[in-house]
Amino acid sequence: MTVNVAQGLVAPTAYAAPNGEAGRRFRPAVWLAALFLLLVLAWAVVPSAFTSESPFDTDVEAAIQAPSLQHWFGTDASGRDIYTRVVFGARSSLLIGTGATALALVAAIAFGFAAGLGGRLTDGAISRFLEVVLALPGLLLALIFIAMLGPGVATEIVAVALGSAAGYAWMVRGQVIAVRNSAYVHAATALGHGRSRIIVRHVFPNAMRPLVVLATMGVGQSIVWASSLSFLGLGVAPPAPEWGAMLDAGRDFVSTAWWLELFPGLAIVGCTLAVTVLGRHLQRRIEGRLT
Amino acid sequence: MSTPVLRVEDLTVAFAPRREPVVGGVSFDVAPGECFAIVGESGSGKSVTARTLLGLAGDSADVAATTLELQGKSVLGNRDRDWRRIRGRQVGFVLQDALVSLDPLRTVGREISETLRLHRFGSRVRRCERVLELLATVGVPEPELRARQLPHELSGGQRQRALIASAIALDPPLLIADEPTTALDVTVQAQILELLAAMKDRGTGLILISHDLSVVSRLADRVAVMRHGRFVEQGPVTDVLTAPSHPYTRTLLDAVPATHRKGSRLSGVPAPPIDPVAVTHARDEVLLEADGLVKHFRGPDGVQRTAVADVSFTIGVGETLGIVGESGSGKTTTAQLVLALLAPDEGAVRLRGAPWSEATEAQRRPRRREISVIYQDPLGSFDPRWTVRRIVEDAVPVESYPGSAARRQRAATLLADVGLAEEHLDRRPLLLSGGQRQRVAIARALAPEPALIVCDEPVSALDVTIQAQVLDLLGDLQRRLGLSYLFISHDLGVIHHVADRVLVMRDGGIVESGTAAEIFTNPSDPYTRSLVASLPTPAPQPVLGGQS
Repeated sequence: MTVNVAQGLVAPTAYAAPNGEAGRRFRPAVWLAALFLLLVLAWAVVPSAFTSESPFDTDVEAAIQAPSLQHWFGTDASGRDIYTRVVFGARSSLLIGTGATALALVAAIAFGFAAGLGGRLTDGAISRFLEVVLALPGLLLALIFIAMLGPGVATEIVAVALGSAAGYAWMVRGQVIAVRNSAYVHAATALGHGRSRIIVRHVFPNAMRPLVVLATMGVGQSIVWASSLSFLGLGVAPPAPEWGAMLDAGRDFVSTAWWLELFPGLAIVGCTLAVTVLGRHLQRRIEGRLT
Repeated sequence: MSTPVLRVEDLTVAFAPRREPVVGGVSFDVAPGECFAIVGESGSGKSVTARTLLGLAGDSADVAATTLELQGKSVLGNRDRDWRRIRGRQVGFVLQDALVSLDPLRTVGREISETLRLHRFGSRVRRCERVLELLATVGVPEPELRARQLPHELSGGQRQRALIASAIALDPPLLIADEPTTALDVTVQAQILELLAAMKDRGTGLILISHDLSVVSRLADRVAVMRHGRFVEQGPVTDVLTAPSHPYTRTLLDAVPATHRKGSRLSGVPAPPIDPVAVTHARDEVLLEADGLVKHFRGPDGVQRTAVADVSFTIGVGETLGIVGESGSGKTTTAQLVLALLAPDEGAVRLRGAPWSEATEAQRRPRRREISVIYQDPLGSFDPRWTVRRIVEDAVPVESYPGSAARRQRAATLLADVGLAEEHLDRRPLLLSGGQRQRVAIARALAPEPALIVCDEPVSALDVTIQAQVLDLLGDLQRRLGLSYLFISHDLGVIHHVADRVLVMRDGGIVESGTAAEIFTNPSDPYTRSLVASLPTPAPQPVLGGQS
């Protein structure tokens, strides 16, 4: 039986969501960032499509040459082509950036949800632990870890993840608690929905929402950290091409051969910037739609 | 007649990107000692009108008028510097929420003396004296103490008084009050209205902006009814409120649940036909029983306070039990206890004779379908990612409607039942109006086919005509489906309109209970009496001073 009891319903008004519209506006910075990231991604996947040279070929004759038509970004002390090395370096940088962030997120979600949904004892224990970890600088944690296990790509990923996981976990915990106490979770409880159903349908997706944005920007942060570790000689070992390691190698020539530092540096800055711009854009889109 | 304090002729306000003016050609004047009220629903343009009179319409506003005169002097084309001289000295402004209108880090005394200082009033000592004088005038007890306190240390009523004190600090001939009592409990509201009436008697011209017709009828001499930026009707308050000439005024008046109109419909929508066979009136059967409920909370300061103290009641099948009380009286905590979202410290709730509050959550879960809930803020009670359709479908029980097609069909039926059109189903609640959102909440509450719906201030955030539609809808559904309601509100008019029996709560306890008729015609408790005295009456009676 359908009885329409309210023909007097007010006419629907189109409420504009201001942020949503702003999110759809054309933004050249976002396009540039996306294009740059696509390029770097292509470098990482098929580096040989972008250069005919090898990143390891040394040529003492051609050492320390300024950028020219033959060597776009110049050459380093061993005569290796910088452009080629930047292209080949994309893979390890991206791998460490995304891998470390993903690993950090997995750990953060596990800890954050256990703390947010567990009882007072679980929450207390995890919270105190996270506070202790947060009290130490993230890079220091990463350094300690590498000092124990020795340098390498895998260790570097774990080390960077370790340094950033606690911050994410703390945020996940806060989000979980906020969502758990929200009116819509109460409403679902009152409807008789089970705890696991509420967690899967409401708590998880809503608690993860702000994390998507943060993690995107976190990739940029991880790339910087990875480069820092390599710069300190604790990451990818030379002669493997890596942007941070390249900065380290060019350090001694910084006053005479600027190109040794500029191009790997630009790659790091560009990647971080692009990821952050995209993250902010994502944030605007999500907030425009949902708040 | 003396020169009017304010003369407005053909005032138009438009905001840059939009063509349609928000205020479209309004004209009125205010004489000294007169109260001119502008009533209207949200979005009607009444607040924009008020702000324009203070030069606060904003940079993007395009203000035009044939005449805009304050005390015979035109203020059209005034620049910000000119307006600053006018604000406070010639026009005082009282806003709705004193807590956000007062600087939280400044004492009340400094807040008031700031106005004096800006307009170079007297010496420092003289200003201090004036502040105490003002606080005493507006009836703040212990002015010396209060002047040294921060806004959050004062009660809501005292804050509103302090705000009025700062608005009248320089004795402006015109006072604009934008919803001055909306955030206040009824008893405090009456005191603020008395204070404003006293100001009026002393010769201050008053512009009262309100959505509340009972407030207007108590204070105003003349009233204008505003809709879509225009005055649809304007005249002496007794004429407009007793013999309105415009149909919209009629609609507004009809929508108010006043004492004489219990049982009648509030919106213009006719009642749907009801199948008499389907209606069950087994009110003797007890559905829910609460016995000696007690709930304590520990505040952030570690002090334990009692939110609910020894509350007992029963709700019969098909009955509406109303709980009325001011903010902090324990109404919502009681609702949470009934919903078993909180466990009582003492006492118990039984549902159909079986343990409810004392059962384990696992035992309770299959029976939770029996009790639904509607909140004051429907938007917060919806998962923000979900569409209307998904919100309602999620509440349809799988046991009764196996298969997604059946659930989809059921959700569509429910949404049609509450008067939502097909086009609303795939929207997010964010894009719906307040009334539409509350309809979605009602559809969700109906989905499990409950016996009882707990309604926690379901119409408090709605305009009066929308409130009328929602109250009528709830009434229709009750008659059709034999539902029971636990209806919680701070609004006595609403409670009187919907409830069969009423509990009056104060400080966590029940001060009085009885049938709606008993409570409203013959209240025995003094607190109830003061509440009932503030109810809107059939004919507007300017009981508070004035010279109408």
